[in-house]
Amino acid sequence: MTDFLLELRSEEIPARMQAGARATLETLFTNQMLAVDVAIGKITVWSTPRRLALIVRDLPLETNAVHEDIKGPRVGAPPAALEGFLRKTGLTQDQLVQSDGVWFARQHKPGRPMNDVLAEAIPAIIRAFAWPKSMRWGRDSASSESLRWVRPLSGIVAIFGEDLIACEVSGISAGFATRGHRFHCPGEITIGSASDYAEKLRACHVIVDHEERQSIIRDGAAKAAADAGLALVEDEGLVIENAGLTEWPVPLLGRFDTAFLEVPPEVIQLTARVNQKYFVVNGKDGKLANGFVCTANIDAVDGGKEVVAGNEKVLAARLSDARFFWEQDLAHPLESYLPKLESMLLYEGMGSLREKADRISTLAGWIAEQYFPERDPDTARRAGLLAKADLATGMVGEFPELQGVMGSYYAEKGGEKPGTVSALQQQYVAAVEGCIPACVALADRIDTLTLFFARNIKPTGSRDPFALRRAALQTIQTVLVNGTRLNLKRLVQKSHEIAAANDAIRQNLENVDGAAVSAELLDFFADRLKVQQREAGVRHDLIDAVFALGGEDDLVRLLARVKALQAFMATEDGTNLLAGYKRAANILKQVGEVSGNAAATPPTDADAVLLAALDSAEPAASAAVADERFTDAMAALASLRAPIDAFFDGVMVNDPDEDVRAYRLGLLSRFTGAVHGVADFSKIEG
Amino acid sequence: MADGADKTPLSFQDMILTLHAYWAARGCAILQPYDMRVGAGTFHPSTTLRSLGPEPWNVAYVQPSRRPTDGRYGENPNRLQHYYQYQVILKPSPADLQEQYLGSLAAIGIDPLLHDIRFVEDDWESPTLGAWGLGWEVWCDGMEVTQFTYFQQMGGFDCKPVAGELTYGLERLAMYIQNVDNVYDLRFSDAVGDVAAVSYGDVFLENEKQFSKWNFEVADTGTLFAGFKAAEDECNRAIEAGVPLAAYDQAIEASHLFNLLQARGVISVQERANYMARVRDLAKGSCKAWIDSQSERWTAKYPGWTL
Repeated sequence: MTDFLLELRSEEIPARMQAGARATLETLFTNQMLAVDVAIGKITVWSTPRRLALIVRDLPLETNAVHEDIKGPRVGAPPAALEGFLRKTGLTQDQLVQSDGVWFARQHKPGRPMNDVLAEAIPAIIRAFAWPKSMRWGRDSASSESLRWVRPLSGIVAIFGEDLIACEVSGISAGFATRGHRFHCPGEITIGSASDYAEKLRACHVIVDHEERQSIIRDGAAKAAADAGLALVEDEGLVIENAGLTEWPVPLLGRFDTAFLEVPPEVIQLTARVNQKYFVVNGKDGKLANGFVCTANIDAVDGGKEVVAGNEKVLAARLSDARFFWEQDLAHPLESYLPKLESMLLYEGMGSLREKADRISTLAGWIAEQYFPERDPDTARRAGLLAKADLATGMVGEFPELQGVMGSYYAEKGGEKPGTVSALQQQYVAAVEGCIPACVALADRIDTLTLFFARNIKPTGSRDPFALRRAALQTIQTVLVNGTRLNLKRLVQKSHEIAAANDAIRQNLENVDGAAVSAELLDFFADRLKVQQREAGVRHDLIDAVFALGGEDDLVRLLARVKALQAFMATEDGTNLLAGYKRAANILKQVGEVSGNAAATPPTDADAVLLAALDSAEPAASAAVADERFTDAMAALASLRAPIDAFFDGVMVNDPDEDVRAYRLGLLSRFTGAVHGVADFSKIEG
Repeated sequence: MADGADKTPLSFQDMILTLHAYWAARGCAILQPYDMRVGAGTFHPSTTLRSLGPEPWNVAYVQPSRRPTDGRYGENPNRLQHYYQYQVILKPSPADLQEQYLGSLAAIGIDPLLHDIRFVEDDWESPTLGAWGLGWEVWCDGMEVTQFTYFQQMGGFDCKPVAGELTYGLERLAMYIQNVDNVYDLRFSDAVGDVAAVSYGDVFLENEKQFSKWNFEVADTGTLFAGFKAAEDECNRAIEAGVPLAAYDQAIEASHLFNLLQARGVISVQERANYMARVRDLAKGSCKAWIDSQSERWTAKYPGWTL
């Protein structure tokens, strides 16, 4: 048993691809070993911008020997068949063995040296390696068949124990030599084995373990901030990205002019993070302070002074750009950006963003009037109108991620009401809270869904280019978080009406069956609701059971009913009632037409008991449902459980007397009907 | 103090001369700028057309580049509608391209143990040239100083072999090396004897003012639209006539007129995609015609080479 080291050195691998590359390398290596039936011990995979490394502990020196029996002719088959088999296998008859009347050639395959196996596996792994994007390079790229890699592959180290695994891919031969840090240690270094690899690299300013680099950055950035009396704003994504950009990370604290702090903190953080990969820091007051932490890839000879000065300059230039946009944008009220939305078009035939703003406004006002007890439709309309205005501002043009957030800042500065400010700020989040924000978010999303569904553009499989699933999910989340009682169907119809008031859109809606569209949309919502509720542990079949009743488009009420049903189904009464229901439904399905005249009075006591139970449960259940007392409705159903069990135990439905039979079928039909008044039990699994 | 820190940093022109000497010593032919208005050094036919086909090609040149929408009337210290790119094309891309590039930074005075040089993922794509490649933007202390690309396709055709392209932003680099915050304060040339030094502002400030005004306010859009159409027609005629180099000139012309029309704000969002597709068709058509005109010679000289 011995250890194996593989290093694939290349030009800088994009930081975002390194985690995937590590997983790919591990999988491909494991598969190569599985193919030769070698169990592998511990695998370690590391990455830096310039190398992928894999270390496997305790690989056997050779693969297992295998015995293989090759089936030959039957014992007693014509001699020609036997001769042919002996020729093929190169054996004599006395070397064959018999089993179940058939000749077998027993072949012994000795184990293969692991060195040979690895020498074949390495080129196979490199050629099979799938990068998200790969490229050709150099002289070999004159042919389309040349090796592809994420960036040019420049070296291979492959050492088993202390032996070099001799192999070659596209002119690159495996060797003992690698390179250290690009600037601190540019020459070749020789690796002896898997066990000295990491330490030799460390001596050459390369920390090959990405997790170690991550903790250096995490801790170092926090310390750099703390040393200056500041608190790092933690950002694990940045930690990982910076670790993917460095082999020798050195976090350094820089500063910027406090005057830039008049720009919203979101802008500063985004500029620093996205464009420069810097961490931002907070002051003692918990507010963004005028500092940042960058991660250099060198131990600079001056301790990093020049590096910090350079980075400060770059950030200052970026922040002054941002401040320029902030000031420019603020020079005009948010409303004044509306005309610019006219030239920003939505999907073809859906008009401009300006028109969408009007639709959101109208629908948001309507939602406020209809469904929100606070009723402030004027503010809802105003917020809806302004919702998209920031898309025409300079800042959002530069930083699209700040849509909504910028609008809320500009609205606030412009003296809009708090509800409007909050609506603008929240409009792109999943669950929007508060009356005005919810009205605007619902109007926006319902408008989108209605228009796309009317044009028959729907998500298929994994394709959802207009994020309609998300729009539906966010609609559901917003409705539920606010406990808003609304009728989705009416909402969709209203949205359709509002859209059709626009000439251009009406043309596209002319041959559209509005009722069919809203039915489809409701099914779509049902599907999204099931997905969304799965995580909360709500059974999808129970959602189906309530949806199947039809007519329910109030999500809050629907979920209350589903939850009561789920609680009921967890009880013994529930499961037994379901069994009784299924039995009754089966019998009814088999009978088809009922012949005979139902007897006027219950033929037996068991019939009478069930009849009495139904007489009291039916009105109790339907009254409870009407009052949305769903737990009471379940209790009414539970009262049927003992009578239906006793009925099935005590009587035979298929009584020879046609009239008795008709009576009992009538009872069963009433029973299933009573159950259906609460939920369609035929949809329930189990 | 590190090497070079106590020396006077290179002037703008000395930086260019140093890069010329550096790349000439590595086998590059030092070309002159192309004599047409282009948006970037990549538009020079020495990059666009010569990155196609099997022949080795190693050149370096400065290309004045115009981006009308970036004009700021000379008031922004970092933005210009006219600036310089230093362009190096090495085909096939040599195995030590990164090391050669880093050597050039050292030559102009950037010490990599004093300054943090990084290769940060940036995939390059030019929708108007139908071209893409993989590479990085090179950062120096967090500032992008060079676009480093391995061309994979040009004009919709695979680059076989692949060329390495280095595009240095000369003004940014010079501002860095000279440690100035305003591009117009750059030392363009040094004082010699009685002759005073010249600043970047001396040379270009007035140009920025006048061209910003022309680009944004004055240029006659009717003339520009007509010019676009004329260039498009002439490009297609030249392709027909089998003179792809002349055709490509017209593609460049159309591309620049499109940029001017954008600066004039007369191209709507929808039209924009349409105009870009038209420019791309011209560029692709020119590339194809170039390949057609050369492929016989290429296959004779490089047996086994295929498109």
